Amino acid sequence: MAPGEVVQSVLEPAGPHAAAIRHLWLLMLWTSVAVFVAVLVLAGAALVFGIRARRHGGPPHGSEHLLGKAVGGAVVLTCIVLIGLLVASVWTGRHVASLRADGAVTVSVTGHQWWWEVEYEDVRPSRRALTANELHVPLHRSVVIKVTSRDVIHSLWIPNLQGKRDLIPGYTTAIWLQADQPGRFRGQCAEFCGLQHAHMAFDVVAEPDAEFEGWLERLRQPAQPPAGEVAQHGLELFSTRRCASCHTIRGTEAAGQVAPDLTHVASRLTLGSGTLPNTPSHRRAWIADPQKPKPGNQMPPNPLPEEEMSALGAYLDTLR
Amino acid sequence: MNLHVASAPDPKRLAFERTWADPPGWRGRCAAIDHKTIGRRYLVTAFAFFLLGGALAAVMRVQLARPGHPLLGPDLYNQVFTTHGTTMMFLFAVPVMQGLGIYFVPLMVGARSIAFPRLVAYSYWMFLFGGLFLYTSLLLNAGPDVGWFSYPPLAESLYAPSKRADVWAQLITFTEVASLAVAVALVTTVFKLRTPGMTLNRIPAFVWAQVVTSFMVMFAMPAVMLASTALILDRLVGTHFFDVEQAGDALLWQHLFWFFGHPEVYIIFIPGSGLVSTIVTTFSRRHLFGYLAVVLSLVSTAFMGFGLWVHHMFATGLPQLGESFFTAASIMIAIPTGIQIFCWIATMWSGRVSVKAPMLWILGFFAIFVAGGLTGVMLAAVPLNTQLHDTFFVVAHFHYVLIGGAVFPLFAGFYYWYPKITGYLLSERRGRWVFGLLFTGFNLTFFPMHVLGLHGMPRRIYTYLPEMGWGPLNVLATGGVLLMACGVLLFVFDALAARASVGAEAGDDPWGAGTLEWATSSPPPPGNFPSPLTAGGREPLWDNPPDQPVVVGLRPGVRDVLVTHVLDAEPDHRQKFPDPSPWPLLTAIATTGLFVGSIFTPWAVVWGSIPVFITMVGWFWPRSASDGGTRPWPVAGRTLPAPGELPAAGGAI
Repeated sequence: MAPGEVVQSVLEPAGPHAAAIRHLWLLMLWTSVAVFVAVLVLAGAALVFGIRARRHGGPPHGSEHLLGKAVGGAVVLTCIVLIGLLVASVWTGRHVASLRADGAVTVSVTGHQWWWEVEYEDVRPSRRALTANELHVPLHRSVVIKVTSRDVIHSLWIPNLQGKRDLIPGYTTAIWLQADQPGRFRGQCAEFCGLQHAHMAFDVVAEPDAEFEGWLERLRQPAQPPAGEVAQHGLELFSTRRCASCHTIRGTEAAGQVAPDLTHVASRLTLGSGTLPNTPSHRRAWIADPQKPKPGNQMPPNPLPEEEMSALGAYLDTLR
Repeated sequence: MNLHVASAPDPKRLAFERTWADPPGWRGRCAAIDHKTIGRRYLVTAFAFFLLGGALAAVMRVQLARPGHPLLGPDLYNQVFTTHGTTMMFLFAVPVMQGLGIYFVPLMVGARSIAFPRLVAYSYWMFLFGGLFLYTSLLLNAGPDVGWFSYPPLAESLYAPSKRADVWAQLITFTEVASLAVAVALVTTVFKLRTPGMTLNRIPAFVWAQVVTSFMVMFAMPAVMLASTALILDRLVGTHFFDVEQAGDALLWQHLFWFFGHPEVYIIFIPGSGLVSTIVTTFSRRHLFGYLAVVLSLVSTAFMGFGLWVHHMFATGLPQLGESFFTAASIMIAIPTGIQIFCWIATMWSGRVSVKAPMLWILGFFAIFVAGGLTGVMLAAVPLNTQLHDTFFVVAHFHYVLIGGAVFPLFAGFYYWYPKITGYLLSERRGRWVFGLLFTGFNLTFFPMHVLGLHGMPRRIYTYLPEMGWGPLNVLATGGVLLMACGVLLFVFDALAARASVGAEAGDDPWGAGTLEWATSSPPPPGNFPSPLTAGGREPLWDNPPDQPVVVGLRPGVRDVLVTHVLDAEPDHRQKFPDPSPWPLLTAIATTGLFVGSIFTPWAVVWGSIPVFITMVGWFWPRSASDGGTRPWPVAGRTLPAPGELPAAGGAI
């Protein structure tokens, strides 16, 4: 898959669940096309017969008795088609909601206005790993995603992998998915959640098991101590300015709880929950004025002097 | 009651018209209670809101035409899409259909007035003031911005601290009070004021549709009024119905809202299908095929419509068994709709069809509505729903259903009944242009949205990234809006110009239709029928034998109305109807003060109820028994007064 290409489509499934739903879609689509054409042909024929009867006089077309039989037949046919679709729907529903649970990866996703908190669970609490706006999933393994919300209702949707599930405060629910094709799939919030509903996206990276485990292991580590004086200055700025009141960088004093964990921020694909590609220059621009690309989000502008910005930027660049 | 053939002499007719006319001048306009006046006001006002809501839609389409378009920021976009949805649902679709009902139901059942005319006048003022309130708020940058569904917690004061969500909640109260009042009046009109002979199985299909809709209004609207009142209480006095932090429940709102919200769709569509039945009948020049099946379909649609609200909540993670039930129910509702479609086709098949302007819209309805119904079946399937829910696919679906199922029949109704309301025919040639522009524009706008939804475009986003690839189809959709706008403006021009065109006088019955509204002049006189006809069949003007009796015995100088029995419309008693009065307007003003004030302080409910009480006392002030009163003769089992007996005194509704 070419880098930078965005994949967010119901019609290109990359896993068994989305594939099953696509099959249902195709069945429904072609059934609907057939019904649509049939109804319009009947209506067209009725129109032609009706107009002819008026123009040429003579008796109207069709006896009441025959028409009654025809209408009855059409209704019976409708019922049969609908029952068929109902069965297909329930059958697909069973398929989509069931998955083997052994060896499954469990991830908790918590919705915030307007970003996603992602935590990989582990039986050993110390091995839990925290990140934001990005999910990595191993190929051919089940993934259980437990969802809830900290503020308003959001909805987690990765169309290439699975249908959506609402993140409702006060409720925790779970969906299953599995990726069978490697690649980067985009997901987006699908329940209106306020000002920046439009910019609440995330990425799902499907990769072979080994790569996934490596990524997860890196995610568990605290941040590397800053190498060099500039980066050290950057960390000091981060801890003493207001950054640390909202953000956490594990392994440092910064332990704010209301905004995304930045321990490995430089390794992520996007900034601002899918708003910008995560490049060093975008990171600096985002810190200076996050309200420009994503107006209304909770992070205030930080007009830092040039020298401080480059120190802070240099430090964040090391957080891989 | 005396029934025999009679023809009304002229001076009598003048007296009759004077009796029923609304008073002239400014004060008369404030006191008007003629159902045709109120109905016309409803139609014109609702159409004005349709234009406003359409303008908002056009602005949204321009914003979405290209990625990152800076025209509207998120704050304004959220106000615009919320106001668009709220307007189309509460200020256009429901009121415009009820407006048609107010105007035509009494005419179609051969009555001289709608039941409770003052209540209907009050409902109009409430509807108008509610709409003005919403748009004033929008102009003051206080337009609601949490969606027409207003989901908590987003609509709770923690996340929506300004007054915007309160404006939405109170608008709901305004419009629901109005539509409940109309529903009560329409049901009573049909059940008690039908002309003799119009038994239950002779009621015109459109009237049945209005009755069914009115019952749905009575059962659905209280759910949303309850919900919006609870939301206001959460916001105003700190109750915790939906407040998750305080053990409230966010999902409770969704159940209450959609218990109203789904029937709402049928409240809009069922009158539309009544219009289709009526117009197909007239232009096929035969009785509706399968009348009984069509009426029973309407009734069963109404019942089923209350049993499928959960299909708006398939993504919330409800238990699978429950979801399957609602899938089955949602798919099942296609059956009564299918029955109606087949009956309409059979009617044309065996009729003598002429394709005049109203019929054109019906044919457009077939194409668009069937497509929308089929995507509806797709959305009923849980797995597919979880992919398509809250995407542009759903936007496409419900515009196909609502514009196809209600707006196209409505335009058919406009072309069909415009001559009855004004006395002038609309231009047939321009009508074809209006239809062509709207039909093409509609499909150009909304068909691409199916594809956009499948390609992952969610609803209610104010912009999107260029790399999403949604740009071209959005441009197409925006282009379609331009065509639709041209069509609607041409229609407005046509409606205003019809009076000036030569030879456009309609006469009483320009289409050769068979229902009773065509038996009186165009426009109908105050009081509708100088000598009400009785009904000798489903289409009385086609079926009545030449010596069909008319109703007499109603005094020309008094607002006398004949009240009949529910089932067979046998004469029961005559009743004096209330006179025009400014009190409904004054009561509406007082109620408006209460509703608007309660956004700011709970005390407005206490102090605001005093003027409401005073104006209602004025409205219901009992009149002397010698004036006739309005209650029927008090002795059970008797329909006519004993010699010299006066009726009980009563207030006037």
